[in-house]
Amino acid sequence: METRIRLTVDGRQRETSVDTRTTLLDLLRERLDVTSPKKGCDHGQCGSCTVLLDGRRHLTCLALAVAYDGSEVVTAAGLTGSEGDDETLHPVQQAFLDHDGYQCGYCTPGQVCSAVGVLRELGEGHPSHVTEDLTGPVAADDDELRERMSGNLCRCGAYPGILAAVREVAGQPAGGIA
Amino acid sequence: MSAVEQPVTPLERDAIRSVGTAHPRVDGPLKVAGRAAYAVEHREAPYDARPLHAWLVQSTVARGRVLAVDAARAVAHPGVVSVLDHTSAPRLQEGEDRELEVLQDDRVDFRGQIVAVVLAETSEAAREAAGLVEVAYDEQSHQAAFEETEDTYEPETVNPEMPARTEEGDVDGALAGAAVVVDATYETPVEHNNPLEPHAAIAHWDGEVLTLADSTQGVHPVAQTLAPLLGLEQAQLHVVAPYVGGGFGSKGVPHAPEMAVVLAAMTQPGRAVRLAVTRQQMFALTGHRTPTRSHFRLGADADGRLVAIEHEVLEPTSRWKEFGEQTAAPTRMMYAARNRRTGHRLVPLDVAVPSWMRAPGEMPGMFAHEVAMDELAVACGLDPIELRVRNEPDVDPETGKPFSRRGLVDCLRRGAERFGWSERPAEARATLEGDWWVGTGVAAATYPAMLNPGNEARISAADGGHYDVAIGAVDIGTGARTVLQQIAADALGVDASCIRLRIADTDLPPATVAGGSSGTASWGAAIVATAQRFRADHGDAPDPGVWTQAEATDAQSEDHALHSFGASFAEVRVHRWTGEVRVPRLLGVYSVGRVINPVTARSQLIGGLVMGMSVGLFEESYRDPRTGHVVTQDLATYHVASHADVRDLQVEWLDEEDPLASPVGGRGIGEIGVVGTAASIANAAFHATGTRVRSIPVTADRFL
Amino acid sequence: MRELDYHRADDAAGAVALVSGDPEASFLGGGTNLVDHLKLGVARPRVLVDISRLPLDQVEEVELPGDSGGGPGLRVGANVRNSDLAAHPAVRSGWPVVSRALLAGASGQLRHQATTGGNLMQRTRCVYFQDVTTACNKREPGSGCSAIGGYARYNAVLGASEHCVTVHPSDLAVALAAVDAVVVVLGPDGERRVPFEELHRLPGDAPERDTTLAHGELITAVELPASAAAATSTYHKARDRASYAFALVSVAAALELDEAGRVADVRIAWGGIAHKPWRARVAEQALLGAEPTEERVAAACADELADARTSEGNAFKVPMVTAATQHVLQSLQGGRR
Repeated sequence: METRIRLTVDGRQRETSVDTRTTLLDLLRERLDVTSPKKGCDHGQCGSCTVLLDGRRHLTCLALAVAYDGSEVVTAAGLTGSEGDDETLHPVQQAFLDHDGYQCGYCTPGQVCSAVGVLRELGEGHPSHVTEDLTGPVAADDDELRERMSGNLCRCGAYPGILAAVREVAGQPAGGIA
Repeated sequence: MSAVEQPVTPLERDAIRSVGTAHPRVDGPLKVAGRAAYAVEHREAPYDARPLHAWLVQSTVARGRVLAVDAARAVAHPGVVSVLDHTSAPRLQEGEDRELEVLQDDRVDFRGQIVAVVLAETSEAAREAAGLVEVAYDEQSHQAAFEETEDTYEPETVNPEMPARTEEGDVDGALAGAAVVVDATYETPVEHNNPLEPHAAIAHWDGEVLTLADSTQGVHPVAQTLAPLLGLEQAQLHVVAPYVGGGFGSKGVPHAPEMAVVLAAMTQPGRAVRLAVTRQQMFALTGHRTPTRSHFRLGADADGRLVAIEHEVLEPTSRWKEFGEQTAAPTRMMYAARNRRTGHRLVPLDVAVPSWMRAPGEMPGMFAHEVAMDELAVACGLDPIELRVRNEPDVDPETGKPFSRRGLVDCLRRGAERFGWSERPAEARATLEGDWWVGTGVAAATYPAMLNPGNEARISAADGGHYDVAIGAVDIGTGARTVLQQIAADALGVDASCIRLRIADTDLPPATVAGGSSGTASWGAAIVATAQRFRADHGDAPDPGVWTQAEATDAQSEDHALHSFGASFAEVRVHRWTGEVRVPRLLGVYSVGRVINPVTARSQLIGGLVMGMSVGLFEESYRDPRTGHVVTQDLATYHVASHADVRDLQVEWLDEEDPLASPVGGRGIGEIGVVGTAASIANAAFHATGTRVRSIPVTADRFL
Repeated sequence: MRELDYHRADDAAGAVALVSGDPEASFLGGGTNLVDHLKLGVARPRVLVDISRLPLDQVEEVELPGDSGGGPGLRVGANVRNSDLAAHPAVRSGWPVVSRALLAGASGQLRHQATTGGNLMQRTRCVYFQDVTTACNKREPGSGCSAIGGYARYNAVLGASEHCVTVHPSDLAVALAAVDAVVVVLGPDGERRVPFEELHRLPGDAPERDTTLAHGELITAVELPASAAAATSTYHKARDRASYAFALVSVAAALELDEAGRVADVRIAWGGIAHKPWRARVAEQALLGAEPTEERVAAACADELADARTSEGNAFKVPMVTAATQHVLQSLQGGRR
């Protein structure tokens, strides 16, 4: 069964017909040629397909596209900005570069999106598994960042560089991370 | 274009300007923005039309014959184009690699083997139709349990071409007379490489040329391997792999899925066909590390000097294609002892073919050896570092050659200093902090410095003082694209910004696999040799357009033993109630020759340590012996380390260069981080709890 | 995945009518489990009824109705996302075990997607259940249980049957079992309330049924009664990886001591032990009125585990869940939650 849906993807309105079986990930990668979200497991177990969906980090492999009609999707490619003709990187992306927070790069767009989401969740005071005092404020310390990023696997083992990148951006004023 | 042979001389120290500097990764901006195109993401010609989607159908029996493939329901599914099976797939030429004989006959050699391929207009249709293909089998009995069987045999060689057995002196006599003997068996499980990008390729056949964008560690090796089987000239295979989402050995040789997508494309001339192997399918089709059982006997005199080393390995291979992991290889060169014996015996099983996984041989072998050394230290009442120092050989025990550099003791001492080893209590189970038993452990690491022949580079002068440097090397995340630019710059005596590097394409000069920690040395040697020849032929101010293509000779000393060394130090905490194991600190110190780029090198070594921790704590595939099926076939049941597992993790390298090992002065860094790490964790867990664990992964249940 | 009809529900009653009237229809919530099963071929519905946009997304402090025990409590809409429930201030202070259990589960991304109702309806992660090329009575009744004699690390030790030996994967469900939650269910004939312990079932000879709900019945809310014990509660999940891993075993516990340090109220539930969250009533009874010393907790757990049946692959769960229970009760005595 085919259904028409509308999405905003990286700032662009996209209207398309989808098979009701199509996942958001396959819609992006195979129909809309948005290949920044990666397919690492197609099974909710690696985080490579993470995007920001209506502002929150979200897996696209366990989402039927038809159920997200009207949503706004921002992928890692959509986090970049522009200055004149030049593409500018989001502060999180720049920090990944500065700390070599990747090797093969396949998990990287998902890590970047997840990091942006983590910083927002910290700003909203969401606790995590390692938050000692559930009723107090949450800190953006290393333990918190590691735990919160744990839904994004990196087989190259770039975790120390990724942590350094997220830590650096977490230390910036909130205006720098939105 | 033909290459000249060029005896290469190592980079002069005063020519080194870009090499050794922290050049940022040149492909970084594309990667962080998600704009680097991996295999099936290619949309340029000839992949620009909407490609067909291939989906693999796998056998559900471990051994037998396919009686019939009923594709009627599959073909009837909307969007399905065709279903290939062994009766309809294009015929291949005779070859010697059973793994690549995809859909050529009715024989089933292992559970999960490709028995059909569905082609459809969409991935949804392809996946659904794959489930609708009905395959009837004549099932035969199989052996999938790893145990001694009547068929166990000693191979002639183990990977790559090492003797299976070595013997020197009188091991049994020396053991009988030894003051201290450690006699124990160590085990490592089936492990899967699991790069984050599953194996994938998009293929296009125009009747003359097969174009393949592949996720591989070597484009030329893929073309060299597949072309003769397809009955094509190598020039008829155009393989590219500009971005590869990790490999760790599993993309080092072409596996069956690559052949499957190529065969499928050949049935659809003019139409691209894409195949993205699923994570689950990877557990059967893209290689794995075979489990190993290492029986060690170490004999030492009262002050810990080894008099005998025996390492007997039992490990499975597949019955239909031999792969003998060289598990005992590092034992042959690691420590001094006059009497030594190593051997490998293989148990043929009806299972998928084992293959390379990061540091084949060294990873499982050094786990066993380094836990055995820890046990020997305890038995002798010696500090484990001191024990290793006492057993340093003067020359390579196996070949008698001097080491170009034997950096082990320096690594151990530097690591001990940095890790605070002198504060360590001598006794096990001495420290309880809150709910955690705390201990520390050490293990040595080693890896050979390999330099592969068969690499060529081409350097062309361009306008504006630029140089085009081309070689078919592949960057699987190692940083090759960055470090080869640095090497070329120094070899030509120009700034790195003057180098325009092209890689990862069979249209470029041939290159060997990105594996065995050999890439930078092997490709770098070709680039250095070519630069030297280029300058000799064209001078320092070449006219634009002139070029040289050369292959390096005499790139590595034959008179020396060439090995990297390292030491890993682990702090392990074991939960006193639940036994859960965590590694709050991990330090690796390495002797690897010259480091070409400290940014990418640090990431490589860190990545090795992380994987070493991961195999030490988590990784284990369960192959159900009743069916030969790896049932833990996803990332929730095959755990790899997550962010939360990696805490204070540091690497350091000694400041050195090794022109005997390679013209760039380095010995390779890709694998050594994964060697020894699991042993340091098991040794630290013993120190924390007093419980000796002789197999990995070191899981919570061992401490209850 | 079969070809699918998709309906977005406008209201809960309509959704219930659609699904209850069609044996091949399924509710679609956050999708984290069902979409996976569609791709794996584990679930093959013909019709999906999307309930994810129904306005069941509020957490409200309420006086609970009489058939939920009355008194003050919390009403959690079935579509409240796991991340939002874990972060809710009332949950963090009044039912910390619920926050802790949610935060121990899955990943940040999945917790944004997964709903309260869907979390409870998620199905086992048994490797054989998820693999349609193997026999599994839960997936295909009568085909056999591959987990018996196979991969056993995650298998149940209590309440299993010859037909199924798997465990329930939810962390949240273990916490809700410990705090005596009540599940509000809408069916074709109206609403009913199900005490949490009666929601999930043991496999017996019908392992295809995870819960006592009929096809087409929809969880619309979960009600949490307030108590002193619930406010002193916590969760420990023992797992191989430090994060993003299913439990080997887990313990949810709530504890109230009297002035003499004796147990006035205790609730203990175990995860990773059985086909349902295992409320350890026998152990609770053994501890009431006594000082919860290490030895006494061990003895209470031994009573609870008297009928445990293990194989080589999962025998560790018996000492592990005992030790984890000792640890959790000790932590609660120390004021940690």
